[in-house]
Amino acid sequence: MPDSTVIGLQHEEEHHPELLHHFAEPQQQRDAASLGMWVFLATEVMFFGGLFCAYLIYRRLYFGDFAAASKSIDATLGATNTAVLICSSLTVVLAVWAAQTARRTLLISMLGITMLLGLAFLGIKAKEYTDKFEEHHVPGASFSFENVEIPGHPGQFANPRHAQMFFSLYFVMTGLHALHMIIGLGVFTWLLLMAWKGRFTPEWHTPVEIGGLYWHFVDIVWIYLFPLLYLIDRHP
Amino acid sequence: MSEHAKSSPLKMYFGIWIALLLCTYITYKAAFIELGRFNAAVALGIATLKATLVALFFMHVWHASEKLTKLVVIAALFFLLLLLGLTMTDYATRVWS
Repeated sequence: MPDSTVIGLQHEEEHHPELLHHFAEPQQQRDAASLGMWVFLATEVMFFGGLFCAYLIYRRLYFGDFAAASKSIDATLGATNTAVLICSSLTVVLAVWAAQTARRTLLISMLGITMLLGLAFLGIKAKEYTDKFEEHHVPGASFSFENVEIPGHPGQFANPRHAQMFFSLYFVMTGLHALHMIIGLGVFTWLLLMAWKGRFTPEWHTPVEIGGLYWHFVDIVWIYLFPLLYLIDRHP
Repeated sequence: MSEHAKSSPLKMYFGIWIALLLCTYITYKAAFIELGRFNAAVALGIATLKATLVALFFMHVWHASEKLTKLVVIAALFFLLLLLGLTMTDYATRVWS
């Protein structure tokens, strides 16, 4: 890595200390960071996309069984979790705005509230998983789904093997999502510490922005998971 | 970012937030109404609207200064739809299963 004397850059030139030498100006550096995070999010879209694809295939094949299984998970808890994440996305954009406008206290509190909402989400998820465990809806040796009527078809019962497919997808998809949530909490812990130390300025707060992009993405995944898993056939 | 005057985006953020919560409420309520084939379409349509609002306004894609960002977003969507669409054309045309 050539140092500044070799390439002739004089540090008398005014530039923000966070501007790296391979960027011409701060806006370009910001754009590069954002673009990099978006490319990563594109890979995440395909990561979750494969699971959504598997879900679509089996939902189409075993619709009645999936509807019966979907009815057994709590849609109110799911809707609540959706609202929790939507609120956390608001606190994230407010955190970014706070960083842009040098409002340190607001930045710290918005980061903190985002994390509390994330923890609330995981807490509700833990309750849901506990319910499923107690009802023997966790795929495996103890799985049981006997005599559950298919919604809209009285007298017809769901095939337990097909219902188990729903729950496998449910646990893998929401589990992978929860893992992303936990990683997000780790990232935001670091952001909170940096914000506390006063490291973010209106000129440089890139970690807050790209950490925010990650958090919004996790929210978007849940926006799709909620109707697909919880609301398959609730009307009969 | 600090060079040009930026009118406060707060109103827009709170507006989008309310819209997202309303959409969630509508999705939840509509699920309990008999709409036949359209239940899934309504639920996914509203979900897509919510995701679009989050991406365009919370993730700042609408006012992105780097045009490549918008291209990456579109590319990701394209490949996802390719994956889902072409896979389903296979399964949907299997008359025997």
